[in-house]
Amino acid sequence: MTLGYVGWRLLQVVPTAAAILLIGFLLIHLAPGDPVLALAGESGDAEYYAFIGDKFGLDEPLPQQLLTYTGRVLQADLGTSYLQGRPVAEIITERVPATLVLSSTALVLSSVGGVLLGLYVAARPHGVRDTTVSSSVLAVYAAPVFWLGQLAILVLALGTGWFPVQGMRSPGSDAGGLAALYDVARHLALPALVLASQEVAAVYRLTRVGLADELASDHVRTARAKGLSGRRVMLKHALRRPLVPVVTVIGGRAGHLLSGAIVIEVVFGWPGLGRLLLTSLQARDNPVVLGIFLVVAFAVVLANLATDFAYRWLDPRVRYQ
Amino acid sequence: MTARTGPEAPSLDRDVDASARTELPAAGLGAAVGTSRRRVLRRLLRRPAGVVGIVLTGTVVAVGLLAPVLAPFDPFAVVGPSLSPPSGAHPMGTDALGRDLLSGVIFGARTTLVVAGLVGVLVLLIGVVVGTVSSYLGGWADDLLMRLTELFQVLPRFFLAIVVIAFFGAGLGLLVLVLGLTSWALLARVVRSEVLSLKEREFVDAARASGASGARIVVQEILPNALPAGTAFLGLILAQVLLIEASLGFIGLGDPNVVSWGYLASQAQRFLRVAWWMSVFPGLAIAVAVLGLNLLSDAVTDVLGTSR
Repeated sequence: MTLGYVGWRLLQVVPTAAAILLIGFLLIHLAPGDPVLALAGESGDAEYYAFIGDKFGLDEPLPQQLLTYTGRVLQADLGTSYLQGRPVAEIITERVPATLVLSSTALVLSSVGGVLLGLYVAARPHGVRDTTVSSSVLAVYAAPVFWLGQLAILVLALGTGWFPVQGMRSPGSDAGGLAALYDVARHLALPALVLASQEVAAVYRLTRVGLADELASDHVRTARAKGLSGRRVMLKHALRRPLVPVVTVIGGRAGHLLSGAIVIEVVFGWPGLGRLLLTSLQARDNPVVLGIFLVVAFAVVLANLATDFAYRWLDPRVRYQ
Repeated sequence: MTARTGPEAPSLDRDVDASARTELPAAGLGAAVGTSRRRVLRRLLRRPAGVVGIVLTGTVVAVGLLAPVLAPFDPFAVVGPSLSPPSGAHPMGTDALGRDLLSGVIFGARTTLVVAGLVGVLVLLIGVVVGTVSSYLGGWADDLLMRLTELFQVLPRFFLAIVVIAFFGAGLGLLVLVLGLTSWALLARVVRSEVLSLKEREFVDAARASGASGARIVVQEILPNALPAGTAFLGLILAQVLLIEASLGFIGLGDPNVVSWGYLASQAQRFLRVAWWMSVFPGLAIAVAVLGLNLLSDAVTDVLGTSR
């Protein structure tokens, strides 16, 4: 991976980032009502509005305003939540870790789970095992993520009582150290599993198809002919190449994963960006809603970029036009 | 085109189909496309995924169309005791206000149908125009349109829809517009690659040699052949759109004037401990619609793949 490639690819991100900024800017100005409401919330006083209007240059001509707005966003100034009286960026930053824990756990679970399921069915494509697993994965993929969450609560949390229903910590628990970690993990288990079960489909399909191709290839036949055991052939020779797209599909799934995480947070009361989004929507705290969109959109662009680099690094044959 | 009276011979059929596509003069092409459409349907019905897909999708469409006839009650009317479990009078139970859930689910199918239909039209229009123009013009226009397509592929649609609805207010029209304007990227790419391969085919050369204009070639010769693959992907896109629409309804951003499955499931959230039916049935309806579209798309892709 040459430095030139990295620079060229970074440069490609600029128009995308600019377009996202432009969308945010247009929304602020096209929305009914004063743009200052979109940046400062609906319940401020005149003095406060004047302050925000001045900060974002709202009395300047539009092109000038776009520049000012871009400058502000690039300095991580996303406006102010009047509801909380604090900068939007600060409020969002506080919530990012919880969402990150949830979505990265789901990402790991779904990637490992998808590959394992792919390995499990690979030996006999279209056999009973394959048909069962493939149709279950497809069915789960078709189910809305909030419904899976509700079913998990009904069956696994309320039904068995093994898992807590809501939140990230048990109420009133002030334990530290390992006990706290265990508490969080118990709360994390269901939402992460539900999110992962929906994400598993993409990884599973890629692994399954990739393995089927590999098992029919010359180098795998050679490995078999050498007398290597089936398991060894599968893990050391056949699995290697299908793993590349599995890693690189992560970037393309980032938007899907984060959307799912937001909804799952609402179902399980997980205190991340999703909960914040819901309360902000209910309180008409639009600056926060817009801030979350910008942060997520940039995160997805970055995830795609990172994936491209990973792809290039894992599989040097890949060339972009 | 040979008369097809004998028993089905799939492999032979395929060859006939291929030669019909490439060697028939432009005038006979319409007939060829018509026959191959019937053949696609027959092949579709021979696959389990195709049959299940058609049945599930067909059910949702039929229920949506016949909603006023099928639903026992007005979905907004209070018609029974609140939170009563499924019974003869209310097969899917009632909600916290005593509204009949079965009627809600039936009218929800109508909302789903409207959203899927209108978003589908928008996606098809934009996707086909962008894909065709891009591949037919090539050069900088292609570059520009493909960059735009990439942007829309990266853009998180769900979050964009949330902001737009938060800023402009909830409504079915706006919802359709946002989802339609942001969901066409995949279709544009598929149409583009289809057109790129079709425009090198002999029957297009033939039409060109006979003096047909560029626009005429695209509309009459290329698009009818590019569309089947496009519609297969349209199904996948609409399945995703339905999931996004449901999630929006679930977080309270659906149109307050119509019943939607996502809205019904959101009402269930507070009563999970006491009224499982409020969650189970609306969620099942969404899963049925999405699964139907996914299966149908898979089967169509499969059938088209083997008939080439």
